[in-house]
Amino acid sequence: MTTLSREETEALIAEVLEVYPEKAKKDRAKHLTVNDQSIEQSKKCITSNRKTLPGVMTVRGCAYAGSKGVVWGPIKDMIHISHGPIGCGQFSRAGRRNYYVGTTGVDTFATMNFTSDFQEKDIVFGGDKKLSKLIEEIDQLFPLNKGISVQSECPIGLIGDDIEAIAKKTSAAIGKPVVPVRCEGFRGVSQSLGHHIANDTIRDWVLDKRDGVTMETTPYDVAIIGDYNIGGDAWATRILLEEMALRVVAQWSGDGTLAEMMNTPKVKLNLLHCYRSMNYISRHMEEKYGIPYMEYNFFGLTKIIESMRRIAAFFDDSVKEKCEAVIARYQPMVDAVIARFKPRLQGKKVMLYVGGLRPRHIIGAYEDLGMEVVGTGYEFGHNDDYDRTIKEMGNATLIYDDANGFELEEFVKRIKPDMVGSGIKEKYIFQKMGIPFRQMHSWDYSGPYHGYDGFGIFARDMDIALSNPVWNNLLPPWKKVTAEAVKEAA
Amino acid sequence: MANIMIRTAVSGGLTFYLPKRDLEASISSIEFDTQEKWGGELKLDNGGIYYIDPIARPPRLPISLRARRIGAAED
Ligand code: SF4
Repeated sequence: MTTLSREETEALIAEVLEVYPEKAKKDRAKHLTVNDQSIEQSKKCITSNRKTLPGVMTVRGCAYAGSKGVVWGPIKDMIHISHGPIGCGQFSRAGRRNYYVGTTGVDTFATMNFTSDFQEKDIVFGGDKKLSKLIEEIDQLFPLNKGISVQSECPIGLIGDDIEAIAKKTSAAIGKPVVPVRCEGFRGVSQSLGHHIANDTIRDWVLDKRDGVTMETTPYDVAIIGDYNIGGDAWATRILLEEMALRVVAQWSGDGTLAEMMNTPKVKLNLLHCYRSMNYISRHMEEKYGIPYMEYNFFGLTKIIESMRRIAAFFDDSVKEKCEAVIARYQPMVDAVIARFKPRLQGKKVMLYVGGLRPRHIIGAYEDLGMEVVGTGYEFGHNDDYDRTIKEMGNATLIYDDANGFELEEFVKRIKPDMVGSGIKEKYIFQKMGIPFRQMHSWDYSGPYHGYDGFGIFARDMDIALSNPVWNNLLPPWKKVTAEAVKEAA
Repeated sequence: MANIMIRTAVSGGLTFYLPKRDLEASISSIEFDTQEKWGGELKLDNGGIYYIDPIARPPRLPISLRARRIGAAED
């Protein structure tokens, strides 16, 4: 592990860029920067949300991934049809650990793959008929579904099928909402536009469906928005909110249902965890229904306490009192976590490269454990994400946007962090380089990481990764012998 | 002309949001800021300038309006 100064980090960026041809170098230079906390606006130092350079190994996804995988997919009581050829849906099926309760295939469907399985003739003659038939069949076979969404894959946009018309027609026939989502993969530069498109379809096809229908409300109704319940995250969050005597009306969209979404316009406050993927609908609800939204962060002790107090400040004194009581009650538990793990983790350096909210949200959790984040970046962040990141990161740390395999590898080789947190595509490269790794998308089959319960698990997982004895055995025995012999001889 | 949304920032000022380009910026100055006349030229902290037809001060923010860009596109 080495700590680089500002000049050294700048030199490192220049060195990594060296291998690119002139034009590519100019383009990539705009996406890499050394953090300067005095800058108010990220656009002065980093460009984001641009088309990926052809020829590099990006880790981005497509708009379909953003809509089907992220926003719509976890709505558990709806059936999401991957409309088009079979691959997009099959290869992304059940890969995201958004937990839910229910009987899969009976009343919940999140891990199943429904597809229209396009063949050549559907491309040539259009797939409208097939889609209508499919929707009717689905409703027969799975009568407990509450609605259907049609997630377009690339070919649908190319051949120009009118899925909106089919949606209206079949919706009337089956008497349930059918939502057409124009999230063809080629739209936009990354999954980010898919989030936006999905949010817009929720706005147009779902949100206002229960306007005018009364629901029993309380002054303490909130909705959790943008918590995808990875490994049970949203449940850990919900526990804390309920202990503060708030009523959680909806969970968007981890373990969430269509009815919860329709009821959301009646809440008092929207709690927005993943700003990137769900800010659109939160803005809309703020304007149309006057529901304020608040970005919060339930990773790590410091941020949890800060967020809980800010949430409580929206409500009356009884909530504030309960909030303090909750904080006090959990304190001994986190004290124990910190006492156990901080001495083991203190001073370790971490590099992150994730999507959505985590590149900035988890920094605090690492800091609570005495660790330091020395590099971070978003796969598909926008300027407003980086605006929010600059202040969280230390000075002279590295920030990278849409980094590719080569750049990440070079950065890691030079910065030599004690640990890397990223996704499955990066995991094995870094493990083979001998660097402890945690998947920060799926929590590596662990979780939850949100809330007090999650913090303990997070600390344990980081310790497991770092203290694994395997890191001492990277050198094969025959080479070890020579190394010792050399030492002896010296 | 583009649809934009103006909302009150957490810090108290105004923020400007252009959904089409997912652009969020704070408004550093607004030409007219009285009860009866509100709007006109909006200067953004990212260097962009937009114009909205002056209206009576909206009773509640956020509000979606049509705006015209003045000058070159910022990025
Ligand atoms: S880019 Fe198109 S074909 Fe590829 S996974 Fe996305 S929707 Fe499917």
